[in-house]
Amino acid sequence: MIRNTGTPNFLFPLSCRFKLMISVENVSKSFTLHNQGAAVIPVMRGASLQVARGECVALVGASGAGKSTLMRMIYGNYLAAAGRIMIGDVDVAVAQPRDILQLRRYTLGYVSQFLRVVPRVPTVAVVAEPLLATGTPRDAALARAEVLLDRLNIPQRLWSLSPTTFSGGEQQRVNIARGFAYDYPALLLDEPTASLDGTNREVVMSMIEQAKARGAAIIGIFHDEAARARVCDREIDVTGFTPKAAA
Amino acid sequence: MTPLLQVSNIAKFYGHRIGCTDVSFDLYPGEVMGIVGESGSGKSTLLNCLAGHLTPDTGAVRFDTRTDGLRDTVTMSEPERRMLSRTDWAFVHQHARDGLRMNVSAGGNVGERLMAVGARHYGDIRATATDWLGRVEISEDRIDDRPTAFSGGMQQRLQIARNLVTGPRLVFMDEPTGGLDVSVQARLLDLLRGLVREMNLSAIIVTHDLAVVRLLADRLMVMKDGHVVETGLTDQVLDDPQHGYTQLLVSSVLQV
Repeated sequence: MIRNTGTPNFLFPLSCRFKLMISVENVSKSFTLHNQGAAVIPVMRGASLQVARGECVALVGASGAGKSTLMRMIYGNYLAAAGRIMIGDVDVAVAQPRDILQLRRYTLGYVSQFLRVVPRVPTVAVVAEPLLATGTPRDAALARAEVLLDRLNIPQRLWSLSPTTFSGGEQQRVNIARGFAYDYPALLLDEPTASLDGTNREVVMSMIEQAKARGAAIIGIFHDEAARARVCDREIDVTGFTPKAAA
Repeated sequence: MTPLLQVSNIAKFYGHRIGCTDVSFDLYPGEVMGIVGESGSGKSTLLNCLAGHLTPDTGAVRFDTRTDGLRDTVTMSEPERRMLSRTDWAFVHQHARDGLRMNVSAGGNVGERLMAVGARHYGDIRATATDWLGRVEISEDRIDDRPTAFSGGMQQRLQIARNLVTGPRLVFMDEPTGGLDVSVQARLLDLLRGLVREMNLSAIIVTHDLAVVRLLADRLMVMKDGHVVETGLTDQVLDDPQHGYTQLLVSSVLQV
């Protein structure tokens, strides 16, 4: 590991510094429902996985096995009860909110299943936002957003409209465009191809392949087996991390 | 990086009743923090203590001043604090009429803050005021109208223009979208987000609207009965709340 002095870490693309990009070590998680008799529901135990740069790893397992939960913990959206979640040199499990924000801005991208935006903001601005947040000049950011929207076959007449009224498939493509706008060294994809037709699925597949080629470490959840077989190097079955019901 | 605002152990009592107690946090430049909780949880008391409207009984509120670095605003002299609230601080009230001068024209409302920091050239003041009215989407031909002739949403946008015209570094907001209809709310949220990013503002937003904090705030602080019960990244607190009260709050939101 290269120790740099003084300069903030995010100025060095993490992909230059670490071969191993994402490392999850012995992570566990339980939900405590205080208002429902303080029920404690253990959902994960001993989760461990590693993803190197340029590698795409699929999370598999039955519905409810904890694929999304694990992904959300890696993104810092859910708190891990124990263990380490290293993204580059940041441990998401214990990092301060501002460190996680920094990480999400420059290092860790996430394409969720649902688009969540400020109402009435034009689609092109929604897609350009991650670029604007990282200091890309406005014109360049909007130009890049237009290229992505075009590639994902969102008709040009929709670009100036808010995506809140779009169809499910269109919203998902906007979400993907937004997630790929900035070249994150690490990407989390939660069913990126779920409601897409063949043409658009193909576009997303090639975008994932390109991201791998530039060295991004990717963790994905794909229900589509063909897609999984094509872009993923390995599969990790999260069923192995599910705590056995107490006998 | 030095925090812009360093709050330690703030407590405010009304007699023997707790307003807020044991509040500590750091706010960094460009960060937006939301404070949520039910009515009476102490969030407005806390905001007023931070903004110098109330004097806390204990604790320190250190602000990174441009000239002298971190200074405790609780113990600084009244003129110094007033200077801060005219320059580096802004306060957006829930009711625009509390933050506006209702009998002065829209342009005058914006210009007054400029004059308070020394602007004297009428043409410049009017040009800046026009520019800011444009930024908050109030058309130029309304510049000489009084806020009494504006709708609620316009008044709120005017209040924001008046507050931000002097280029503050820290904005306190008390329910900035409360009382506005949802379509106006959305527009205002988008406006605030844009301004926060462009001006690298830090902001503390008190609200009981969880949708507002999800869209605006980076971090969240949940208050109950004057105590901070939970803090963290906004989406983490809302999606994986740890404290019973936060869980109740999140699960009580009506779905549209």
